[in-house]
Amino acid sequence: MRRLFRYIKDFSLWDLLVGLGLTGRYFFKRKITIQYPEEKTPMSPRFRGIHALRRYPNGEERCIACKLCEAVCPALAITIEAEPREDGSRRTSLYEIDLFKCVYCGFCEEACPVDAIVLTRNHDYHFENRVEKTLTKEKLLMLGDKYEKQIAADREEDKGFR
Amino acid sequence: MEGLLLIGGIIVKIIVIILVLLLSVAYITFIERKVIGYMQSRIGPNRIGLFGLLQPIADVIKLLNKEIIFPQASNRYLFVIAPIISLGTSLAAWAVIPFDKTAVLANINAGVLFILALSSLGVYGILIAGWASNSKYAMFGALRAAAQSISYEIAMGFALIGVMMAAGSLNFQTIVKAQAGGVWHWYWLPLLPLFIVYWIAGIAETNRAPFDVAEGESELVAGFHVEYSGMTFALFFLAEYANMVLISALLAVMFLGGWLSPFQGIPYLESVFAFVPGFVWLLVKLSFFLFCYLWFRATFPRYRYDQIMRLGWKVLLPVTIVWIGVIALAVQYHLAPWFT
Repeated sequence: MRRLFRYIKDFSLWDLLVGLGLTGRYFFKRKITIQYPEEKTPMSPRFRGIHALRRYPNGEERCIACKLCEAVCPALAITIEAEPREDGSRRTSLYEIDLFKCVYCGFCEEACPVDAIVLTRNHDYHFENRVEKTLTKEKLLMLGDKYEKQIAADREEDKGFR
Repeated sequence: MEGLLLIGGIIVKIIVIILVLLLSVAYITFIERKVIGYMQSRIGPNRIGLFGLLQPIADVIKLLNKEIIFPQASNRYLFVIAPIISLGTSLAAWAVIPFDKTAVLANINAGVLFILALSSLGVYGILIAGWASNSKYAMFGALRAAAQSISYEIAMGFALIGVMMAAGSLNFQTIVKAQAGGVWHWYWLPLLPLFIVYWIAGIAETNRAPFDVAEGESELVAGFHVEYSGMTFALFFLAEYANMVLISALLAVMFLGGWLSPFQGIPYLESVFAFVPGFVWLLVKLSFFLFCYLWFRATFPRYRYDQIMRLGWKVLLPVTIVWIGVIALAVQYHLAPWFT
């Protein structure tokens, strides 16, 4: 009897029709695609994208060349050389990040005592020449100026946990 | 002079059919991506042109610009000829498909035989492609395609025999006219098992999912056309989709009354829809089957090779043979309302 029942079920293609019904229902369901450049998924304020060097509100760069980030960097991506500036303050004369080496762990940001080096939210950047893999000090400061508003807002939001 | 005109007229008809077919093939690829995307909760291509409508054009331009690579170990002559055979046979079969009461390129008496012959020849394209590539994956794909086609051609042929017996003719126009009298007179009902068998065998014959072991990208990369690129690959692609349209058209013609109106015999609707030309009905029925092709691909996982063989030989074949017997009796004793 069970065998007969199974035969009827198999020959009526029942299982296949159930499957078709499932895909048929999904055909009319709401689509979950996010159309990237126009729409974006929500992002954490702690997102670790490309690096930036921040400045104080008066325009003075924050970095004091303590080299803690260079020391903590697990990928040895940061190179720093320091010299006293004309006014006698200690500043970097060279601050480079090799993007090929960087693993975006965010240790440099954690190590920094003056919140100078930070990782921004910007993740969709690219470069077309090999030399551009090295982020120089000018570029990092430029990025910092460009995203300062977002960086400050993110730090503010995350303040209680730092 | 008259002969020249006749030939000219035929050539014009051929060009019209091929142009429409190629254009529809281009857009089936687009609709396929859309439909499958929708069934997977995606939205499919929508970047090029309005709603992505220019996507197939972009694809064609890309394929035309690509380099055709001939593998060193391949047999050049056969390598080039294989896609031509594939596409040629699938286009040639359109000669006998009736689009309307009078609109058929070649109204020959052996239409069904012609279709059977050409669909069998189409396998040679795949076989030669697999062999000429001189690559193991292409070879596997070709062998699978050969075995699969042979198995399913028999079930397919038997299903066609049922249609021939019911209509008493090998001519497609006669087959369509024999189904006159409304939806319940179409052969899908008295020949239901044969209809299903032909449908399944047709999907297997075109190497579409869930019977696409010849391509089987997860096992064989791309099966018989791994080594093909650029326009030679595009020809295989065209042939596959032209075959899909062809099988859909055959299903519509032989089991869903071809260009016959579905409202025939229904008092009010028949007169309302009387103005609709026959080829529109054929198009509607054909589109349904084409949509099902895409639907099946989005739904069913690929059959395992031995399961395909089992299904072909141990299920489809016996079913068709039994039902041919039933049809023989029904025709002999003029079973109303179909075979009076």
